Amino acid sequence: MQSNDNGFNVTKSSVKTSVTRKDKDSLTEWERVQLARLAGRPTSLEYIKLLFNDFIELHGDRYYGDDHAIVGGIAMLSDLPVTVIAQQKGLSTEDNIYRNFGMPHPEGYRKSLRLMKQAEKFGRPVICFVDTQGAFPGIGAEERGQAEAIAQNLMHMSQLKVPIITVIIGEGGSGGALALAVADKVYMLENAIYSILSPEGFATILWKDASRAPEAAEKMRLTARKLREEYLIDRVIPEPPGGAQNNVDFVATKLRRAIIQDLKILMSKKTVNLVKDRYDRFRVIGVFSHSKSDFDQFESSAQAEETKE
Amino acid sequence: MSTIFQARKERVLRYKQPVEPEKIEVPDDLYKQCPSCDKVLHVEEVKINQVVCPNCGYHFRIRAIDRIQYLFDADSFQEFHKMILSKNPLDFPGYEEKIKAIKKNTNLNEAVLTGYARIRGEKIVIAVMDSQFLMGSMGSAVGEKITRAIERATHEKLSLLIFSASGGARMQEGLYSLMQMAKTAAALARHSKAGQFYISILTDPTTGGVSASFAMLGDIIIAEPGALICFAGPRVIEQTINQKLPEGFQTAEFLLEKGFIDIVVSRNKLRTTLAKLVALHSKGGD
Repeated sequence: MQSNDNGFNVTKSSVKTSVTRKDKDSLTEWERVQLARLAGRPTSLEYIKLLFNDFIELHGDRYYGDDHAIVGGIAMLSDLPVTVIAQQKGLSTEDNIYRNFGMPHPEGYRKSLRLMKQAEKFGRPVICFVDTQGAFPGIGAEERGQAEAIAQNLMHMSQLKVPIITVIIGEGGSGGALALAVADKVYMLENAIYSILSPEGFATILWKDASRAPEAAEKMRLTARKLREEYLIDRVIPEPPGGAQNNVDFVATKLRRAIIQDLKILMSKKTVNLVKDRYDRFRVIGVFSHSKSDFDQFESSAQAEETKE
Repeated sequence: MSTIFQARKERVLRYKQPVEPEKIEVPDDLYKQCPSCDKVLHVEEVKINQVVCPNCGYHFRIRAIDRIQYLFDADSFQEFHKMILSKNPLDFPGYEEKIKAIKKNTNLNEAVLTGYARIRGEKIVIAVMDSQFLMGSMGSAVGEKITRAIERATHEKLSLLIFSASGGARMQEGLYSLMQMAKTAAALARHSKAGQFYISILTDPTTGGVSASFAMLGDIIIAEPGALICFAGPRVIEQTINQKLPEGFQTAEFLLEKGFIDIVVSRNKLRTTLAKLVALHSKGGD
């Protein structure tokens, strides 16, 4: 029995058997949540090793410290230099303490932003890996401006002049995930989740009962396929039956192919269009009703497009 | 006939209920008790003092519409997009009913009012959140209204004031709510790039997805005294680290000390301060 960071227990084998017993397309949402959190699930560093050559890790935010929950650096993607930024969970209990269970502090987000600005300077695309329950809720994190750090990332990523591709490989929790996901393309591994809050937190807030997490997971639409149906993400990267840990090379190959294919298109775009398309990608997200006159009013203000550049 | 039973039942119930000695029973339509100094205050005297306790200066939460009336030139508010309304993207059970009930109780269509206003004659765009509406949470409609207000300010080269009062992203709309953070922040990036001025005013409470997006991105950030401002709420932190938080943690004054806001301004000085700041950044014209 292994206990993951939520203090809730999953046996690797129990998930595995339940998966092999069923067709992998018929997993419940909650089963996928468990797969996304599985202790043996490949972490960012494994994908970095498989996807890139010559990865050089760079440290520190230049203000306060180096956050071990976020790994950043430069690497080669076949013959293309790229900047890589990744949330990293631990591989063991000890490693998890070192990585703060993949929950970043503000300095992690500031390091990310520093490396993104560096990528922009040298014209390198940015590849982000997201795998976090969320930004760390702690005293130091609040004192050093967790909210401000995330907000700055959102704002600056929306204007970054180089392509950004974000891959959610495990858990994509809340603003702590979004702070690396204001990207041109957002992918999710088939069994990854991306949500506003953990199903436990969601159930606690809305039903005051954390044990209703499985039910919350069904309602939240947090799995890759569901989010793809809503056009909230751009690609679903397939996983082998039972999850990515069963054949990580398979996942890495698919992922690599997708990244190279999309980068080719993104890099051929003019900078103005790249930034504008990224803006529009997020601009159109929202489900609401409005009256006709409201719409007309919007049309006029939508011409606020940046034509000056 | 049943009144005797009713009275007896009530007496038993009263007996069974735990008694809270400090709390004085006051009819809440006429009087309210200040949670800070415990003084019983007449609602009217609080109201004429901009919903601030005249005794100790405690800032009660204020309705968006009242704030607009106190702060801006008379009749200068022209509302945008009154009819942008929430839908139910996750088909979350009970969400629509909840919205319906809140709409009826608060007379609001959503948790934010946006529009043009004038402050000492200077035309600006404002967005004022109202914590009465589902704790001011940001779903698609709130995100869309704020984004459109920002875009309008960019387009028409106007200064922008956003008053935050929000518990964060709206859970019932799932990832759609989260994406509003990116949307509003991106719109602000354009507003900023166009050289326009944005003041963010943080009021009680400004937390979660709202503090981690547009609220923390002001050229100038102002907070009301005593306001709770944070990313993770105090209860979440206490549960995570398993210890009590120090007194005054995550208040406006705490953030000022930590360097995350420019000024703490009490409500009765807010109009003067905002008018000065807007005038300082005005480029003439209009």
